[in-house]
Amino acid sequence: MSAVGRTLRALPTMMKIGVSEAIAYRAEMLVWVLSTTMPFINMALWSAVSAYTPVTTAQGRTYGSADFVTYFLCAFIVRQIVSSWASWEINWEVRSGALSMRLLRPMHPIVVYGSGNLAALPMRLLVTFPVVVLLFITGAFAKLPNTASLWALWLLSMFGGWLVTFFINIAIGSLSLFMDSSIKVMDVWLAGFFVFSGYSFPLAIAPSWLSTVAHYMPYRYQFGLPLEMMTGAHDLASALPLLATQWGWVTATGVLAVALWTFGVRRFQAFGG
Amino acid sequence: MGRYVTLLRMQLRASALLAAQYRWDFLIDGALSLFWAATAVIPLFVVYTEGRASIPGWSFDEAMMVVGWFILVQGVLEGAINPGLAAVVDHIRKGTLDFVLLKPADAQFLVSTSRFQLWRVASLLTALTIFGVVFNRLGRAPALLDIGLSVLLMWVAVLTLYSMWILIISAAFYVVKIDNLNYLFTSIFDAGRWPISVFKGGLRLLFTFVVPLALMTTFPAEALLGRMGSSTLAISVSAALVFATASRWVWRKSLRHYTSASS
Repeated sequence: MSAVGRTLRALPTMMKIGVSEAIAYRAEMLVWVLSTTMPFINMALWSAVSAYTPVTTAQGRTYGSADFVTYFLCAFIVRQIVSSWASWEINWEVRSGALSMRLLRPMHPIVVYGSGNLAALPMRLLVTFPVVVLLFITGAFAKLPNTASLWALWLLSMFGGWLVTFFINIAIGSLSLFMDSSIKVMDVWLAGFFVFSGYSFPLAIAPSWLSTVAHYMPYRYQFGLPLEMMTGAHDLASALPLLATQWGWVTATGVLAVALWTFGVRRFQAFGG
Repeated sequence: MGRYVTLLRMQLRASALLAAQYRWDFLIDGALSLFWAATAVIPLFVVYTEGRASIPGWSFDEAMMVVGWFILVQGVLEGAINPGLAAVVDHIRKGTLDFVLLKPADAQFLVSTSRFQLWRVASLLTALTIFGVVFNRLGRAPALLDIGLSVLLMWVAVLTLYSMWILIISAAFYVVKIDNLNYLFTSIFDAGRWPISVFKGGLRLLFTFVVPLALMTTFPAEALLGRMGSSTLAISVSAALVFATASRWVWRKSLRHYTSASS
């Protein structure tokens, strides 16, 4: 049986294991989820700011309090789904030597990390449910896109965003095969994420220099684009070129991740990295 | 008392030796903390972009002062409070807290001072630079009394933060696995970069009384700006004392719950 066929056959089992793991560590996961409550803080902040003084974009669109509520509720949902922790897993496994076990399995480790992360989705979707209810209660739902094609593209952008996030995690995690620990590299990456992805504020209301910089960085395509599409910031014509750029990033980070992993793993000596 | 001063000096020396041993780490971490500081300031620029008068009662420079205090207190949290206390969770899980308890000094003191991340001094320097820049832009110098008050409030902030950590760590005696409570608290603490007047209703009550972020960043900033009321001062000091007393009581009670390995 070919390697691909073998992987496809094992995938459902891998997913089942992942789901069971997510359920077993549910309390831990809940705390993780609670630690991503920054969108709510930012929601309070920006609602207060917009109540005090009008917030307008470079295109002249005014963001009201209700717009910020929609934006940050959706930000919470997107953040739960577009997330990966493979970098921390790899760092830990390289340091403890547990990576050896993974290398023995007849599946590519990147696929295993990926299926593990994706398998947590059902639990994570469950967590986003109250926020979806909030979207209804606050009437924010009416601001979301109303055509099936935009929602289909949104799904595509979510998958693209997850892939960029996941590949970056693999790439940075693989760096731990070259150096003692790449956790700090991840910290630097995250600091950039908070500023340039649209997580802390909509990029549309940022100073022009910042949105220009953000345009050329992967962060927006990792998180900001799916969020913008969910909050109805784009129509078909403006969404398509952005999606094309996003999938360009998916390809680039994918190649980088596989390359770093392949070269790094050759250096792995089973203990102490 | 003199014995504890000597102990503190020795613990600090041990941390300094450790930092000297890994001096590249020390330098990289110091440089990184400047980077963090830069990213902590950027959201403020966005809020005040194009001359928006954005936060009621706070000009850009005054809000910058709060960010300065945020960086300072965060530096204390991650440089002096977190490293030592995070080790306690491990001690409890492995049962090695026995070795601490056997020593002829107060256990809370020993664990609290067991480890310092000295490169965090960079955060203090960054904060002081921000204060300097702000007063330069405001075109005045802080009054001597205000400096004194803000230093007092800094200790109030540190004491409160420390007490909250002791309360969180004490939970480890009962539920053992609380590693990620760290992250939870750090993410809540992040709200402290904004003046408390940003928050309304429930969040404001939460950040004033339950997790008193106002007391840690907004009030010291107000003191340094010379506009702190005496009632706020009194409330801050008494709140810190209440937190400290409560945390000491909870620590001692939790310690009695400790049954060595596999507790």
